[in-house]
Amino acid sequence: MKNIWKSALHITVGFGGLIVIWQLVASFGGFNPALFPSPWKALLGFGELVGNGSLLLGIKDSMIRFLIGYSAAVVLAVALGLLLGWFSHIWGFVNPVVQWLRPISPLAWMPFIVLWFGIGDLPAIIIILYAAFFPVLLTTVSGVAKVDPTYLKVARNFGIRQPQIFFKIIFPAVFPQVMNGLRLALGTAWVFLVAGEMVGAQSGLGYLIIDSRNNLRADHLMAVMIVIGVIGFLLDTGIRQLEKLVSKNWGHSLSGKGV
Amino acid sequence: MTVYITVKDVSQRYVQKGKEYCALEHVDLTIERGEFICLLGPSGCGKTTLLNAIAGFLPVKEGSITIDGQEVKEPSEKYVTIFQNYGLLPWRNVQKNVELGLESKAISKHERQQIAEHYIELVGLRDFRHHHPHQLSGGMQQRVAIARALATDPEILFMDEPFGALDALTRYKLQDEIAELQKSQKKTILFVTHDIDESVYLADRIVVMSPNPGRIQQIIPVDMGRPRDRTSADFFRLRDRVFEAFGMLPPQTTEYFI
Repeated sequence: MKNIWKSALHITVGFGGLIVIWQLVASFGGFNPALFPSPWKALLGFGELVGNGSLLLGIKDSMIRFLIGYSAAVVLAVALGLLLGWFSHIWGFVNPVVQWLRPISPLAWMPFIVLWFGIGDLPAIIIILYAAFFPVLLTTVSGVAKVDPTYLKVARNFGIRQPQIFFKIIFPAVFPQVMNGLRLALGTAWVFLVAGEMVGAQSGLGYLIIDSRNNLRADHLMAVMIVIGVIGFLLDTGIRQLEKLVSKNWGHSLSGKGV
Repeated sequence: MTVYITVKDVSQRYVQKGKEYCALEHVDLTIERGEFICLLGPSGCGKTTLLNAIAGFLPVKEGSITIDGQEVKEPSEKYVTIFQNYGLLPWRNVQKNVELGLESKAISKHERQQIAEHYIELVGLRDFRHHHPHQLSGGMQQRVAIARALATDPEILFMDEPFGALDALTRYKLQDEIAELQKSQKKTILFVTHDIDESVYLADRIVVMSPNPGRIQQIIPVDMGRPRDRTSADFFRLRDRVFEAFGMLPPQTTEYFI
């Protein structure tokens, strides 16, 4: 209970301070109000976007793309990660390629993606898939390598064979680490969703950013940015809760460690 | 009594940093059904290697190992190993951990539950059936592992320093329990330890091993009835014999180290 009050205080004072500074800069900074809107103007812009329905539509489109891309990435990366982690000699060949691909920003792929898949939902989904794929893949592979060999000995002893070893031992054993990868991937994917929509989409939050810029509506821009941040924060909070739940069931010895 | 486990002229070599080591050299051992055997020795004497070889985790290249006339090639459900770090699955509760070994058997779910409950009761953890391993003490976790092993009704229990991570009092308690269980469940037990008192307390025969290369130095029969008294004269007499076997019986002192 004390912690809740404490974090409520932190949040209130933190954001209160930010808004005060923002207001001060807007009032006395000498910027053109059309280029640097005050908090109040941003709030009005927010109201306007909610009122004409474009914000909710944008959120809906973005979330659908996000869900599809992220889920596809998770399923693919976990399945592949389990297999590559188990057949570690194959991973030896794949790993260098992954390490080369990983630092290439998903946005660098954008021209190709637009050329190959056109404009619309698909490019944004592919960007998210790409962004979320590697964190999940890498944590899964390293998780499999770290599975306690005693578990595998126990399984062999009791006559448990493949594919049961995967379902009964390996997958549950790496789950806390996979969960860690899922959280990392969620944040990354959200960042790149908006970026992806700025280039290759006709709707969504990223598109709203570009649309606001094209209409020179700095207040809308601010409002959309705030919404993007809030949703990202909520997603992260949600998955953290899930992670806590998992580590509670997996024993403290395994919680919170890993990548 | 007839010979049950036969270890015949087994050697186990491995190469590390270009040097050849001999974990086991020309080891011969026979064990009868229902015997409690302790493999005793300092680290590096090959006692765990020998256990893993007999349990099928480490198939031998030189020599042969047979159990009940069958050559050992891989682990079997008939012979269950209990590890020092328990080997419990942390995501399963006590009940589900004990059921693990029963899941590959052709029995109904209901029967599986009942067998598991029976053995959980046997090790005194009835009230902790729905706890997860991390909620239990080390001694309780090892009890779960023992229940899990017994649930599959194996003929042999292989125990690799099972009480090594427990505090002294818990260790005594579990030693009592395992001695009791061995008698009531009629199991053959092969027990690896570096604790001289533990081996004297538990074993029918103590296999004393020495390192570099790992081999059996001598086998000491423990001709003491059960239950045993850790403070009796007989106990100390046997304890002295073991110390002597290690060449560590000084004229008059009360402290020993391995």
